[in-house]
Amino acid sequence: MSTVEDYVARIEGTCGEEKGVIVTFKYDKKDEVVAKILKRAQLKNSLSGIIFELAFRSISFRLFSSGKAIFKGVQSKEALHDILAALLL
Amino acid sequence: MIDAIKNFYENHNANVHRAVHTLSLEATEMHENAREEIARFVNAKDAAEIVFVRGTTEAINLVAYSWGLRNLKKGDEVLVSLMEHHSNIVPWEILSKINGFSVKYAKVNTDGTLNYEDFESKFSRKTKIACLSQVSNVSGVINDVKRIAKVAHEHGALMLVDGAQSVPHMTVDVKDLDVDFLAFSGHKMLGPTGIGVLYGKKELLEKMEPFQGGGEMIKEVSFSQEKEQCDITWNDPPWKFEAGTPNISGGIALMEAVKYLERIGMAEVLKHEKLLTEYAVKRMQECSKVTLHGPSDLSSKCGIIPFSVEGLSSHDVALFFDNYGIMIRSGFHCAQPLHQVFKLQSSARASFYIYNTREEIDRFVEVLKEIEQL
Repeated sequence: MSTVEDYVARIEGTCGEEKGVIVTFKYDKKDEVVAKILKRAQLKNSLSGIIFELAFRSISFRLFSSGKAIFKGVQSKEALHDILAALLL
Repeated sequence: MIDAIKNFYENHNANVHRAVHTLSLEATEMHENAREEIARFVNAKDAAEIVFVRGTTEAINLVAYSWGLRNLKKGDEVLVSLMEHHSNIVPWEILSKINGFSVKYAKVNTDGTLNYEDFESKFSRKTKIACLSQVSNVSGVINDVKRIAKVAHEHGALMLVDGAQSVPHMTVDVKDLDVDFLAFSGHKMLGPTGIGVLYGKKELLEKMEPFQGGGEMIKEVSFSQEKEQCDITWNDPPWKFEAGTPNISGGIALMEAVKYLERIGMAEVLKHEKLLTEYAVKRMQECSKVTLHGPSDLSSKCGIIPFSVEGLSSHDVALFFDNYGIMIRSGFHCAQPLHQVFKLQSSARASFYIYNTREEIDRFVEVLKEIEQL
């Protein structure tokens, strides 16, 4: 059975007051991740198939086709993990 | 540079100043040649004034602990500017909590230039050291460190210059600037990571206590049966500050990077960067949603352009560029106080070096125009 860790390479906090979290997905899974997230989250906007502005469970985030996502307003690591699990598993 | 590392490990790999065998002697000669070359590069009067460290951060920490710990006390002041990298703020703040001295901050104008009047007015008999970056890592502003060094010396204070962003980009002559300490890093000047330099005037280094203890930094460790303790004699500078096995290949590779830059000429390096900066600023001004930060007078800055895109965080901007293979920095760039001066939550930063071209700037602006559409 897959876990969030199977898809995520690294999670880092961004610096700046617009505090957010950058999730870098594993390179060999990035296409699968992008496809899954686009299927499950609500697409608000996209540009050239490179950047996707999405919403999921009242959280807004941006997904990049390079396999990275910036989440804003996530309250804790546990909350982020739950969101990622719902999006990916 | 990469060939130099390979050559060292393939043909000369041994510790320095340790053994009498051939490889050790070869490694020692290469290591000390590197020191001499780097001393010439910054026009130090003696190779003993060049201490190998991990980078600029370690160099500043070395001064803070080896000099500051023993010379700064309650009532004294350390003067820094608000444009400093955290590496030139935090060591002094940490030490101030131990020794009880004060850290004073000189103002920066809203365009990112140094407020010289404020800096100079903050000198007093209490000031023991002034610490200033020669080039801001956020705005690229070039500071007149020679002017500040003169004022520092008139007040009996020392002058430490963070040269992380200046030594790679312009001629830096420590004799002409008359600074007491200069810190810089290898990885910002075509060298490897994990190697950097602290320049210090020999007479100061001689008086300073060691930074770390271990091999290399001692002449003698003699156990006294009578006192039941060890008597230790320090080595001479620079080795007094180089405890343990140094980054030998790093120093040798940095020497190769220095030779490469010298073949181009530091004046040419600066000229190239200034031309690129002028061109990039002109092209970026075509973008209506892009705000450039820093001074409008480009003559006083290097090849660094901080900017924001309306409605987007710097991280969004950086990740978008990343999709096109264009790598820019986002966030505070380890200089949060300067972002407070700019009233910014963070910034994106484009920067140029000798390998960048006008065509790359055109591509950068093309992508920037796409980002504006987000």
